[in-house]
Amino acid sequence: MVSDRPSGKPFPIEVIEESLYEVRRSIYPRAVSGLFAKWRWILVFATQLLFYGLPWLRWNDRQAVLFDLVGRKFYIFGLVLWPQDIIYLTLLLILCAFALFLFTAIAGRLFCGYACPQTVYTEIFMWLERLVEGDRFARIRLDAQAWSWNFNKWRLKLIKHSLWLLVAFLTGATFIGYFTPIDTLGAQIVNLTLGPWQLFWLGFYSFATWGNAGFMREQVCKYMCPYARFQSVMVDKDTFLVTYDTGRGEPRGRRNKADDQLTLGLGDCIDCSICVQVCPTGIDIRDGLQYMCIGCGACIDACNQVMDKVEYPRGLIRYTTERAIEEKTSNQSAMTHILRPRVLIYSALITLLASAFLISLVMRNPLRVDIMRDRGSLAREVGGERIENIYRMQLMNASEHPLRVELKITGLEHLTLLNPQGQELLSVMVPPSSNQLIPVKVSAQMDDHLPGNYPIYFEIKAQQLSHNFTHDLSYDLSHELDHESSHEAVIQRTHHEKSTFIIPR
Amino acid sequence: MSDFLNAGWSTYITLVSLLGIIWCIWLLFSQRSVAVTYEADGTVQDTGHIWDEDLRELNHPLPRWWMWMFLLSCGFALVYLVLYPGLGSFTGILGYSSQKALSQSMISANEELKPIYAKYLQMQIEQVATDPQARAIGQRLFLNACAQCHGSDGGGSKGFPNLTDQDWLYGGSPQQIQTTLEQGRAGVMPSFAHLEGKQVSDVANYVRSLSGLTNNDLKTARGTQVFKTHCVACHGSMGEGNILLGAPNLSDKIWLYGASEATIIETLQRGRIAHMPAQNKILSPEKIHLLTAYVWGLSHAQPLMVK
Repeated sequence: MVSDRPSGKPFPIEVIEESLYEVRRSIYPRAVSGLFAKWRWILVFATQLLFYGLPWLRWNDRQAVLFDLVGRKFYIFGLVLWPQDIIYLTLLLILCAFALFLFTAIAGRLFCGYACPQTVYTEIFMWLERLVEGDRFARIRLDAQAWSWNFNKWRLKLIKHSLWLLVAFLTGATFIGYFTPIDTLGAQIVNLTLGPWQLFWLGFYSFATWGNAGFMREQVCKYMCPYARFQSVMVDKDTFLVTYDTGRGEPRGRRNKADDQLTLGLGDCIDCSICVQVCPTGIDIRDGLQYMCIGCGACIDACNQVMDKVEYPRGLIRYTTERAIEEKTSNQSAMTHILRPRVLIYSALITLLASAFLISLVMRNPLRVDIMRDRGSLAREVGGERIENIYRMQLMNASEHPLRVELKITGLEHLTLLNPQGQELLSVMVPPSSNQLIPVKVSAQMDDHLPGNYPIYFEIKAQQLSHNFTHDLSYDLSHELDHESSHEAVIQRTHHEKSTFIIPR
Repeated sequence: MSDFLNAGWSTYITLVSLLGIIWCIWLLFSQRSVAVTYEADGTVQDTGHIWDEDLRELNHPLPRWWMWMFLLSCGFALVYLVLYPGLGSFTGILGYSSQKALSQSMISANEELKPIYAKYLQMQIEQVATDPQARAIGQRLFLNACAQCHGSDGGGSKGFPNLTDQDWLYGGSPQQIQTTLEQGRAGVMPSFAHLEGKQVSDVANYVRSLSGLTNNDLKTARGTQVFKTHCVACHGSMGEGNILLGAPNLSDKIWLYGASEATIIETLQRGRIAHMPAQNKILSPEKIHLLTAYVWGLSHAQPLMVK
């Protein structure tokens, strides 16, 4: 696919040795207001409200969202996920990926421009920076000043970094609040009783927020984020992108308001460079679509303001499609191309996966059962009349309600399920969020069957009880069963576990 | 490290590792500048590679912080190789090994568990047996150390005694159970192959009659005499057994090897050798204490959460 250089190009005139390791050129984005800036702020508030607020919500006397790594349980409102439920995380991530593909196909890097934490925190940090140091030119001036004996520079920088570090620290503290109960976190931090890992992540996340939003900024998008590099395969001619209307704008040039545009032979672009000044990644949108463009729309807002001032129509830079620019058609007609195959396929896949995700969540069986036949012994003879096989029954209750588990055994005639004491086992109570291992015996009449291996089935019916009662290891079930009517069975699920019953020769 | 047959491999690995890092650093510096060619109109010349019709490959510089990260990684690698094993046979100045780390974490885990075990070691076996946490620990110990022979429920199987009934070959007091666990037991039923076939069959019928099982009256009557001659020494005059010898009680309907006449005859003719291995070399005294309580509890304490 690599083709040779097209011939006929002019000979190079200048060869310069340049460093391959470029010092980051500071970008001083100018403040901007307008429709897209407003949307970005709405998204900043929404995402921050979600991030800071979620760990404070309560649900049945516990934190509503808590990822308890030590206990290996993930609480999400009414849902308790165990490590075995990792498939839901997989599904969720696949869904997110498809949503990203869909949004990119429709309107480019919407996520990057409005919802990505990197953008959101950079926005917050730039707002603080502007509060303390002033707008673009004030900042450029301030940074050009020498540090020595410059009290004002020291003061402003100190205030700025204190504010940044405060935000970074709050972010870090909230982040670990998802993994360790947030209501006691404040006291733990004040009393310095945080565990080593909590302390590490508090420090790391705070440092990363401060470094990424304060210093790295567009470098993260340009060099670290893989998404910037593969966006080009997800956009097509009908994707709405932040676009400079070359046909309308060129040839660009400065002019006086009194001048006639037509006699000067100029396009609508007055070459004020404000679109470049507001760009958080420091690019010139007039050069066309670039991988550095995060699609934030700051240049649209800026250009519209300028167009209003010079009394030209808005939209020299606007969200539009490549096809609309080429064919010089309106956005209305470009809209008709939104429903194209890739968008429809992504939407269909998202609908399909989301329904599968929801259905499997609703249908999730809170009881997990494993039957393990004792490997050490084949079978035992009891009282010269019956044959017993021994199994370990593992019952795991992944819900926050007690489960009454009814047990039945099928596969051979006259099978009975016994507990280790030899009493018939009909049901078991499994306390909320617990994992139990119960040895059980299956007993068959000795002369009923020929020697051999027989498949048998444990039929396990779980009933979720709405009552919450105290969990006690020496729990007396008979008492509970007597008051059976007082419990309302909420969910009923059935398991069939296969195992083997051996009748020895 | 004894993984290498001779010092050659160790040297080879050391050299490859160090030279690799040095080469990386050299590469970084050798590429610190590039000849960039500008076209007449001021645009930068590309590398000449054109992909998918119009994608030109330019030669943009890397960010400077990336270079520092790269150097930092090289520095990290060198420091790591000095501190930890990695350079051939050199064990690193910290003297780390995964074996040591494992034994360290085992020691600290045992240290953590010590107070729990110590608490139960203070308590009487009967008390420990009613403690839910002790029973839970006991069950896990039992499943690990005992269930292979005695079954997950402690019900035993052919040749391995049932621990849930009230019948004990060597006595069922907590002290006796503990002795069994600590020192093991060896039960021997000698072979009576020298007896005539008829006598063996007679005494088998007599033994079945002791437990009230169906038997041939004539054979049983004859077997009484054989029993008195050959069996009473260990099993007692009424077949009640002897816990000092581990001789089973023959009158309680509980059969270690089976109750059928054929099985009893097999036992008589071939003898039986049973072996309970000693646990004192395998399990700590604290664990044996808990296990004793669990085993004792199997036939005494309240059932555990299960009906």
